[in-house]
Amino acid sequence: MDLGPHSDFIISSYAICFAVVLGLILWVRMDRAKLEATLKELAARGVSRNRSAEQKPEASGQALND
Amino acid sequence: MGILNFANPTRFMKLVQLALPWLVGLCAITFAVGLYMSFFRAPEDYQQGNTVRIMFIHVPAAWLAMMCYSVMALSSLGTLVWKHPLADVSAKCAAPIGAAFTFIALVTGSLWGKPMWGTYWVWDARLTSVLILFIMYLGLMVLWRTMEDPIKAGKAAAILTLVGTLNLPIVKFSVDWWNTLHQPASVVRMDGPTIHPDILIPLLVMAAAFTLLFFTLHLMAMQNEILRRRVRSLRLRAASTARPARPSSTIQPAE
Repeated sequence: MDLGPHSDFIISSYAICFAVVLGLILWVRMDRAKLEATLKELAARGVSRNRSAEQKPEASGQALND
Repeated sequence: MGILNFANPTRFMKLVQLALPWLVGLCAITFAVGLYMSFFRAPEDYQQGNTVRIMFIHVPAAWLAMMCYSVMALSSLGTLVWKHPLADVSAKCAAPIGAAFTFIALVTGSLWGKPMWGTYWVWDARLTSVLILFIMYLGLMVLWRTMEDPIKAGKAAAILTLVGTLNLPIVKFSVDWWNTLHQPASVVRMDGPTIHPDILIPLLVMAAAFTLLFFTLHLMAMQNEILRRRVRSLRLRAASTARPARPSSTIQPAE
C-alpha cells in the first residue's frame, strides 16, 4: 500500500500509538503479576485476609500472637 | 442500585473477571475492523491526502483524553459526595490511561501538523489547553504517589480533579472561542458531521475501539488497585500484630 509522500509521518503516528498502547497493556499485566506474587508471599508468611488461615501459623510463633 | 452492587470490591472483582474476556475480544475485533477500514476502505482526503489516516487515531485519542478526565471527575464526585468505596480507585486508575491517550493525541497531532500546517507545534488555544490537560494528568499521578494513605490521597486528588474540569470546556470550545490554527469541530456539531461517511465511519469504528480499550484497561487497573490496597492492609495488619512482641524481646535479655 502506497501511503504517499508523507508516509513517514503516518507510520510514525501508528508506531507511537501502538507502542503507548502496548506499554499500557504491559504495565497493567506486570503490575497484576507483581501484586499476586506479593499476596502469595504474604499468605506463605501467614498473613492472609482469611483470619482462620492466619491463626494457624501464628499459633506456633509467639511474636505474632500478641 | 447498580452502582451500589459494585460497592463491594470482592463482588466487583468477580464481575470484572466475567466481563473482561468479552471486552478484550470485542476490543480486538473492533480494532481489527477499524484498522482495515482506515487503511483499505477509507479514501484519501482531497486536501490532506493519505495523512487523513493519522486522524483515525488522533481524533479518538483526543476524545478519550477528555472522556477519561470526565470519568475521573465523576469518580471524584463519587469520592467526595457519595463516598463510594471504589470511586477513588476508579479516579486513580483512569489517570495514567488518560495521560497516555492525551500523549497519543499530542504526538499524532504534531506528526499530522508538520506536513499539513508546516509546523509540529503552535501555541494556539486548542493545542495549549490539551497540553495543560496532559500536565494535569501527570500532576494527579504524582499527587497519588506522594501521599501514603490512599483515602487522604483520594480526597486531595478528587478536589484537584474537580478544579481541573474547568479546562474541559476550554479544550472543547477553544476552536470556537478563539481564532486557532486547529480546525473547528467536524463530527460533534449541532448541524451534524461535515465529514463524508467514507471517512466518518472508519473514524467512529476506531473511536469505539479506543473506548473499549479504555474500559478494558480501566477495569484491569482497578482490579490491580484493589489488590494493592489488600497488600497494604495486610502489611499494616502484620506490622501491628508484630509490634507488641518487641518489648518482650528487649526485656528478655535483661531477665
